[in-house]
Amino acid sequence: MATSESRQLPASQRVVVIGAGIVGNSVAFHLTQLGETEITLIDKGPLPNPGGSTGHASNFIFPVDHSKEMTSLTLESMRQYKGLDVFIESGGIEVARTEERMQELTRRVVSARTWGIEPVSLLTPEEIKELVPFINEELLLGGFYTPGAGVVDSLRAATIMRERAVEAGMTVSANTEVVGLDVERGAVRRVRTDRGDIEADRVVIACGCWSPRIARMAGANIPLTPAVHQMIDIGPAPRFADAKGMIEFPIVRDMDTNMYERQEGTGLEIGSYAHRPIMIDADEIPSIEESPLTPTELPFTQQDFELQMEQALELMPEIVGDESVGVKYAINGLLSVTLDGLPLIGETPEVRGLWSAAAIWIKEGPGAGKTIAELMVHGESEIDVYDSNIARAYPHQKTKAHVQARAAEGFNKMYGIVHPAEQWESDRRVKLPPFYEREQELRAVFYEAAGWERPHWYESNAPLLEEYGDRINQREAEWEARWWSPIINAEHLALRDRAGYIDLTAFAVFDIAGPGALDTVQRVAMRQMDVAVGRVVYTPILLPAGGFKADLTIMRIADDRFRVVTGGGWGMSDLKWFSDHLPTDGSAQVQDQTNTWTTLGLWGPRARDILSSVTSDDVSHEGFPFARWKSIEIGPLEVIASRISYVGDLGWELYVPIEQGARLWDIIAEAGMAHGAVPVGAGVYGTTGRLEKCYRAYGAELEGEYDVVEAGMAWGRVKDQDFVGREAHVAQRESEPAAHMCTLTVDDHTSSSGLKRYMLGGEPILTPDGEPITDPKGRRSYVTSAGAGPSIGKHILMSYLPGEHAQEGEKLQVEYMGERYPVTVAVAGSTPVFDPDNSRVRS
Amino acid sequence: MNILVCVKRVPLTGGKITLTEDERAIQTRHLGFTVSPHEECGAEEAIRLVEQHGGSSTVLTLGPPEAEEQLRDMMAIGIDRGIHLVTDGGEWDPQATAEAIVGAMGLGSEEPYDLLLFGNESADAGNYQVPIRVAQALGVPCVTGIKAITVDGDKLRCEQEIPGGRDVYELPMPAVVSVKEGINLPRYPSVPGRMRAKRKPVASSQPARPESKLEMVRLVLPETSSKQAEVLGHGPEAAPAVVDVLQQIGVM
Repeated sequence: MATSESRQLPASQRVVVIGAGIVGNSVAFHLTQLGETEITLIDKGPLPNPGGSTGHASNFIFPVDHSKEMTSLTLESMRQYKGLDVFIESGGIEVARTEERMQELTRRVVSARTWGIEPVSLLTPEEIKELVPFINEELLLGGFYTPGAGVVDSLRAATIMRERAVEAGMTVSANTEVVGLDVERGAVRRVRTDRGDIEADRVVIACGCWSPRIARMAGANIPLTPAVHQMIDIGPAPRFADAKGMIEFPIVRDMDTNMYERQEGTGLEIGSYAHRPIMIDADEIPSIEESPLTPTELPFTQQDFELQMEQALELMPEIVGDESVGVKYAINGLLSVTLDGLPLIGETPEVRGLWSAAAIWIKEGPGAGKTIAELMVHGESEIDVYDSNIARAYPHQKTKAHVQARAAEGFNKMYGIVHPAEQWESDRRVKLPPFYEREQELRAVFYEAAGWERPHWYESNAPLLEEYGDRINQREAEWEARWWSPIINAEHLALRDRAGYIDLTAFAVFDIAGPGALDTVQRVAMRQMDVAVGRVVYTPILLPAGGFKADLTIMRIADDRFRVVTGGGWGMSDLKWFSDHLPTDGSAQVQDQTNTWTTLGLWGPRARDILSSVTSDDVSHEGFPFARWKSIEIGPLEVIASRISYVGDLGWELYVPIEQGARLWDIIAEAGMAHGAVPVGAGVYGTTGRLEKCYRAYGAELEGEYDVVEAGMAWGRVKDQDFVGREAHVAQRESEPAAHMCTLTVDDHTSSSGLKRYMLGGEPILTPDGEPITDPKGRRSYVTSAGAGPSIGKHILMSYLPGEHAQEGEKLQVEYMGERYPVTVAVAGSTPVFDPDNSRVRS
Repeated sequence: MNILVCVKRVPLTGGKITLTEDERAIQTRHLGFTVSPHEECGAEEAIRLVEQHGGSSTVLTLGPPEAEEQLRDMMAIGIDRGIHLVTDGGEWDPQATAEAIVGAMGLGSEEPYDLLLFGNESADAGNYQVPIRVAQALGVPCVTGIKAITVDGDKLRCEQEIPGGRDVYELPMPAVVSVKEGINLPRYPSVPGRMRAKRKPVASSQPARPESKLEMVRLVLPETSSKQAEVLGHGPEAAPAVVDVLQQIGVM
């Protein structure tokens, strides 16, 4: 019913969706659910299987992931698949061959509890054997069992969604190739196809691994690379001749070999992420006509699968070793891989009205489709997908070289044991701060921040460990000692005692300028922006429904110029948000200054002594109060000094043009020496200094699912001027919050083995009875951030708690690596655990 | 029985065939490779005959280094060993190919072959000549286009399909037989078979390429009408769509 070759394409539509895989169909269906019915869905291929990755997907879903965002998308997708009656709940077991994997599986249990996925359990090898009788349990140490895992029919789901959308008025055109996308004044206007043109000012690219090619037609960039995933089907296995239903046995993920095996009918499907990364270019994918199977089912390369066959054979000898069971199908299947393993969702930053719905896999398809439809219609979505926002990538991160390097490195992490602080190794040292040489001399350990190299700590500070001795705890367990150093805590104490200077080059900086600048920032920012020139305002940026879009600082540089400074991580997303809210009359512009300015932070009780020794400008408390910026001279440098702090001590952010950064460093370092100042890494800035002050971070405590009142940041009155999210925010102030941001401290770190363990974030908070805590909105309480508080001598956890538990002194538990540890609510609300009256910042 | 089966590495086509720029080869950038279908049946037949009558089987190919993949594929379904006549990748004409095969007798196996199996023709060049030329050079009998083989003592009984019936030949061994698809249904390789194939012996040599006597000038793609299948639906729900189509084409 869906396609008619002779049908004329409509001349104009409200939305054109390109790509009829699981994602395109889902976006289209959900758009119709939201009232958008003038939609055309087109695909180059035939229906129902146009030949993309949906058609050869393995189609199984394990819901548990360490990422909240991905878990949310998966759970929503499962809900939809079940509603469409295309989900077979087979259960799934992730099996462990190594001790390290067993520890990882206990982390999976923790994540399952954190995100409310139950039941799950750890299995012994014997218990695995009971569920999967043909497995060689002697290879295994145990398994993580998710009874709710299952297999979907994604093509059928796509078909049903398409049919429902057609019933609601959608037009479908298969075998229709897009040959161009017309852009006028930065906005998409027309889709050109080999069967005619369609005018539309919203176009969705849901073209899977072809997405980069289609986006390029509009001058946009969807930075993903097609990558090969090998899989084979073997059968018919006599062992499965009497299998009950289509799928009787749980899916097995053999994590340590990066493989999976699953029974369906009389066959067994074996897939692998273990082989060498095989990337191809989107332009190199064969055409539908040229493909022996489909364009995304490339010829199998046996030599890449030799080891995998041996590993499958040893795990399931009864099936795989059966001489009568043949390899009936073997492909190098193409799927989409990105720079960081996450999808690419949202309007492209290059072209207004051009939306990316790409790098979305079967397990996220329907949920992502719904999310994208909501973003297009409402400007925000029920599931906040800020990590997947396509706008997140900086220019260099969108290059083919970078995407391929990171995709290759990420490919084998798919089943890997990935530490939360694990750093990328490929394609580093692209963006170097002006302080880089100095930092190398100080033996900085560099992490990557927004593509910049950024010191996390300095090995040159090792002597501080002796100075602080007992005040610095060692981490006894390897997992927590990984990607960490006690020097971080020593740097923290040195900053609190004397002073530290911190490389903040990774900040994103952009100016809003023009006669309409005030109106623009007033409309975007929650706090009052009509302030005197010279003021610095820290403000939440809200979504329409009152959740967090960002938190950042804005300096009023001039009557008609505001400078926005935001963390590097979401800098480009924030830039797009401001750009999206510019007045249509052109009276204000956004100017990205990220690569223009560098920032050096200077904080600590001696910060003023240091600064006043290198400038003749007045930096006294009276002459330079908190939350002000001033232009000061430091030697030959004209510096913008901004008196704010994210570490809770007296000090300044010092901004200079990036080419003058090294000179600034030299001056501050030399002047600081007399005062015992040390270089301090991001381990202090982002974690220990911040957590002692209970400063919230976007992406951890602050996100779309929580509001300003819950975050404890609703101080002061609501400004009179309208701003995005105002109505919702006012309503939130007037009602009782469902949860309160709290700071907890760990009472006892001792595990059953006697080792002291330190939580890293993402763990569930439990009642003293061990029950999960859920707030009235159904949200589980979990650790949003965790880290040392060296000045208070405690390990600090932040978590939203519902009212009954958000009481100072409340005794609760945290689950970590399969064990529970006692914790106490130290603060409910925003009062810091260190320097509660903020006297240091305002001294 | 000691059986030799000869195979050729050919592109695994299935979709539209495109040619290289010089129009002298099939564009294989996106293609996998296989052996010609008739030859795959030849390999299967060799395995079955050895299973029934004992002996051993050898697979031979003349082709580029990558053609070892096809030897391993055949060994994965049960051929015992391989002979690889390694070329630089260029196409050899039937005469040169036959000469190279004849020159390879004695490679890989000391025992003389009782039976040399070929596919009736290769899937790409389709010259229909190599088995006959090999038989002629070896001075042994040859039948082509065979759809059934039975062994009776030192004789072979071979059946050839002809319009309206079958021609039956009896011939003494050693003999050359070329077979056609349909003689059997080749098995899929098992995983243990695949793994064994990696360890089976392959003898190789680099025969000198004689001057080509048959020159392929260029390839031309035949005109084909584009076919487009459309799935109208599944089960009873598809009925209205079928009716629509029948009405559209005017039969209802």
